[in-house]
Order: sequence, then C-alpha cells, then structure tokens
Amino acid sequence: MPEAIPVVRVEHLSKHFGEGSARVDALIDIDMEVYPGQVVGLMGPSGSGKTTLLNCIACILEPSSGRLTLDGEVVYDGRWLRSDLRRLRLDKIGFIFQYPNLLPFLDGSDNVAIVLDLAGFSSAASHSRAVELLNYLEVGHRKHALPAQLSGGEAQRVAIARALANRPRIILADEPTAPLDSARARIVMDLLRRIAIDQHAAIVVVTHDEMILDRFDHIFRLRDGRLEDGPAVGLQPESATVS
Amino acid sequence: MNLAYRDIRHNLLRFVLTNFGLSLLLGIVIVITGVYGGLIDDALRQARAANADLWVVEAGTNGPFAESSRIPGDTRELVARVYGVERAGAVTYQSVQTELNGKPLRLFLIGFEPGRPGGPRGLLAGREIMRSHYEMIVDRSAGLMLGQEVPLGTHGHKFTVVGLMRDEVTSSGDPVGYITLRDAQALQFELAPPAERREVARGGPLQTSNQINAVIAKVSPYVPLKEVAAALSRWKHLTTLTQAQQETLLSKFVIEKARNQQRLIMVLLIIVSAVIIALIVYTLTMDKVRSIATLKFVGAPDRTIVGLIIQQALSMGIFGYFVGLALVLIFQPYFPRRLVLDSMSVATVFVITIVVCLAASTLGIRLALKVDPAEALAAAG
Repeated sequence: MPEAIPVVRVEHLSKHFGEGSARVDALIDIDMEVYPGQVVGLMGPSGSGKTTLLNCIACILEPSSGRLTLDGEVVYDGRWLRSDLRRLRLDKIGFIFQYPNLLPFLDGSDNVAIVLDLAGFSSAASHSRAVELLNYLEVGHRKHALPAQLSGGEAQRVAIARALANRPRIILADEPTAPLDSARARIVMDLLRRIAIDQHAAIVVVTHDEMILDRFDHIFRLRDGRLEDGPAVGLQPESATVS
Repeated sequence: MNLAYRDIRHNLLRFVLTNFGLSLLLGIVIVITGVYGGLIDDALRQARAANADLWVVEAGTNGPFAESSRIPGDTRELVARVYGVERAGAVTYQSVQTELNGKPLRLFLIGFEPGRPGGPRGLLAGREIMRSHYEMIVDRSAGLMLGQEVPLGTHGHKFTVVGLMRDEVTSSGDPVGYITLRDAQALQFELAPPAERREVARGGPLQTSNQINAVIAKVSPYVPLKEVAAALSRWKHLTTLTQAQQETLLSKFVIEKARNQQRLIMVLLIIVSAVIIALIVYTLTMDKVRSIATLKFVGAPDRTIVGLIIQQALSMGIFGYFVGLALVLIFQPYFPRRLVLDSMSVATVFVITIVVCLAASTLGIRLALKVDPAEALAAAG
C-alpha cells in the first residue's frame, strides 16, 4: 500500500511581527505534517503561537518564511503562490471557532448552507446538504432555530456542520471545547474523530483542555513559537494510508 | 441567499424604527421640494391665469407684479384698436386684509372685466360673476363658503362669494379673489369718505378712480407677436411685455431670494440626510463586524460583504423615501402653503436619495472591507 500524502505540510515556517527592536518572533522554524483521518492537537501556553500557526495554515495570516502545502498544493513558499486564498479556504478548509460564531440572522440550516451558497451551489443543493449534515450531527430537529435559540452544544454542532459543509480536506478548530463541560467536550472530540475518519479529513485542534488529550492521534506542543518536541513529521496512523 | 434581507428580517423592529426616523427626514426633504415647487407655481399662477399674449403696463415699469403700474382706464380701448389684437381686458391687482368672524383674512384681489381676458380660469364650485357689483370668486384656501358675505374696502361694502376656485394663491400664500373691475377700482383708488370730504373742503381736484394696473392683450394667431408689441410700444406712456418676459420677471426676480433660500434649505437637508444615513449604515456595519469577519473567514468574497451593506443602505433609502412620501401625501392638505409635487421633482428626490444612500454606504463598506477575518477568532463578546 502506498504511503498517504499529508494534507497539511508545514516546512520551516516562521512568522514574526514588527521589525528591529520591536520584532516579535511568533513562530520559529515550524515543521509538521497532518495526514488524512488524523486528529492532532496543538497545545501550549498563551502567546506560544498556536493561533498564529492556525491562522497561517488557514491562509489568514501570511508567514514570514518557509513553505506550506495544503492537500498536495504548495500555497506558500516564501510568498503566497495562490492569488485567490479566499477560494482556497472555501474549497479546502473548514474552521471551527472557539465560540460557534454563527451568523445571528440565519437559522441553523442557513448557517450551514451559506458556505455552499458562497461556493456557488444552488439553493436547493445547499439546503439539502445542510440538512444532511445537521442530521449527521444529530441537530437536524433544530434546523429552523436561530442561533440565539440554540443551546451551547447545539450551536457548536451547527458550527461543526458549517465547517464540514464543503467537504473540506482540512478542518481547523480553535479551542472548540472551551465553552463546553468535560462530558460535552468529549462528545465533540469523538464527533471530530468520526468526521476525520468518515470524511477522510485532517483535523488540527488548538486546545488547552488536558481532559481531551487522549482523543488526539498526536499532540504538537508549542512554546515561545517553537515546537517543543522538535519536528513531528511522518506520524501516520494506520487509517491514514490510501489503497 | 440574500443576507441583507435576512438581517433586516432578524432585526425588523430596529429596522422599522430607524427607518421611521429616516422617513421623517426624507419626508421633510420632499416637503421642501413641494414648497419650492409651490413657490414657483404660485408665483406664475396669476400671470398664467390671465392667459395673456401681451401685458401692457405703465411706461418704464416691470408691472404689474414685479412693481406697481398705473395706467389710464381707457388704455384697454386703445390697445383693442391696435392691428393684431383680438381681445383686450383691463385688470387691477391689490392685496387686502379684512376681518371675518374676529379673524384677519388676507386676499389678493384681481379686478377684471367679465367677458374679457383676465378673469378666473375655472371654477371648483358656484358660478361666474353675473352682477356688476359686490360679487366675488375666491380660492377655497380662504376658507369662505358660497353665499358668504365678506366686508371689503373703506366704504363697508359686503361682497358675496358666488364661486370657488382651487389652487389660486400668490407666491406669499394669500388666496386669490376675483371681483369686477369697477369694484376693484373703487377699492384701490377711491378715497375713504372722511378723506374725500377733506379734499372737497380744501378745493382740491375730484379724484378719479378710472385707473387700472395693466391691460391684457390676446393677439391674433395670424399676426406676429413682435409686430403687435412693437406697435403698442409706440405709445410713450406704455410698456409692453410678452407673457414669457412676465414669467421671467416673476420667477427670477420677484421670488428669487425665497427660491434661493428654499434651494439652500433643500441642499442642507440632503447633506444632513447623507450624514445621518452614513452614520446609520456605519453603526449597522459596526454591529455586524463579527459576522462579517466570520463570513470572510469561511470564504465570502468582498462583493458579498459590499452587497450586504449596499442592499441594506438602499433598503433604508427606498423604505424611508416611500414612507416619507406617503406621510407627505397624507398630511399635504394640512400644510399652510401649497405643496406642488410634480412627478419630475418627486423622481429627482428619489434619485438623490438613492445616490445619497450609495455615497453614505461607502463609510460602512470601508469599515467592512477593513475587517480582519482573524477577528472571528477573538473571544465572543
């Protein structure tokens, strides 16, 4: 069986803010790979660079140097190689925020369908897929509820459904369990694992939550912008191979 | 998926309340437009009501509206004999104030010769003047009823209202009334009895009231107007003005300051509206910064964000405009001055509203385009 290609490959990636005496090195020479079906954790104290790294992978923040490959496509190599990063995010990346960040004026199904709508799908197809995802995440019965009418757990599931809407290969999650109690946090992590396997996606989760460490295939620990354990390359779960 | 519509539906009460305020503001812009239109229309109305081709007035004057003009009463016979003049009528104009039921009543009286040019255009109710004395046709805005008697002049004569007109007011808003030329001459030129007795006592000349302010001439369509005007101008004691010249005098000089003032108020109101719309759009955009950041994060193009803001700004403008217009039309009869809202001016205000909304939304668009998608990652407030 051939080896799986990493969906996220970060090579010698650095990011600094400011210049001269005001320069702050947020990320220093980061190397990491995440494979399809993997759920990896990104941990570290506040200011260690977790969110900066997530923003770089999400193509929200331009790295200062290094190379970034997403789903086999080199998108950054000293400079952005894709002019339409917005489209790249729309097509390949799903994002789960710390707080659901649902659009308050759209109901559950519309909050999911909006992503497909932006990608150019028809209204019927968008809504059909949205309802399918909400059912998959067991919140289908709340599809007409506005975000203000949803419980914290329901809103987070709708947000996860939105992240999955466009069948992304990469799912980035920023503290998705922070607003949840430990039982619900485990449910969400199990859900992410199920998604990673079912959708063959790579999931990167930024977290502080020590209670969910057992839910990750690998944990990258950041401190002062560096990976603590050194480069973590080549970790491949058995499920991450392709036939 | 129309995000603007969904957002409005979600915040419907806020949208309606905000727009109601905007409607009142845009309503005032429409009112000022109507007042401006009314000012011009009222100013030209008496000149146009006469349906004249030529105005013969006192030599060297721009009478009878722009300045006073007094010519002998027999001028009408002279004018009528000029080649090309089909019909002629003598007219007088004067403002009067009387008291009726304890309240002051101001009228702009036009004296005319029944059956000759210079009379009222059309009646809303009642009949034409049939008797040679003490009958009056008046605009309904005076609040008088058919058959009602109005005391006018220093001799205490009572004039009976026999006909009512509509929309016949002066540029200052006074209702117009028509009486016979003889009555008008008596009102304008005859001395009050004590003054008359004093004149007789001092052996002064007897006053004649046979004077008029102008002669209105209708010219044959087969004779050039210029030719007739030139013929009339040979009399040194008379000046001849065409209808176009008379209208220019009225619209450009008589009401120029009032017109400029109305125009300035209109411009100021439009600027104020633009600032208020811009602030509303900006505030609405500020409220949506997090949603905009999320939309950007998930891959929404700038045109989706810009569309959301522009559509909301236009919704506000269109809603505000039509509610404002409806309010103006509902309350139009209660305005003390006539509002003239012709389709052109109404359409112009609509276009200005749309342009103002588009211009005002640039502030919100600027803010929205500056929103960093990474703001979606910030802790929820």
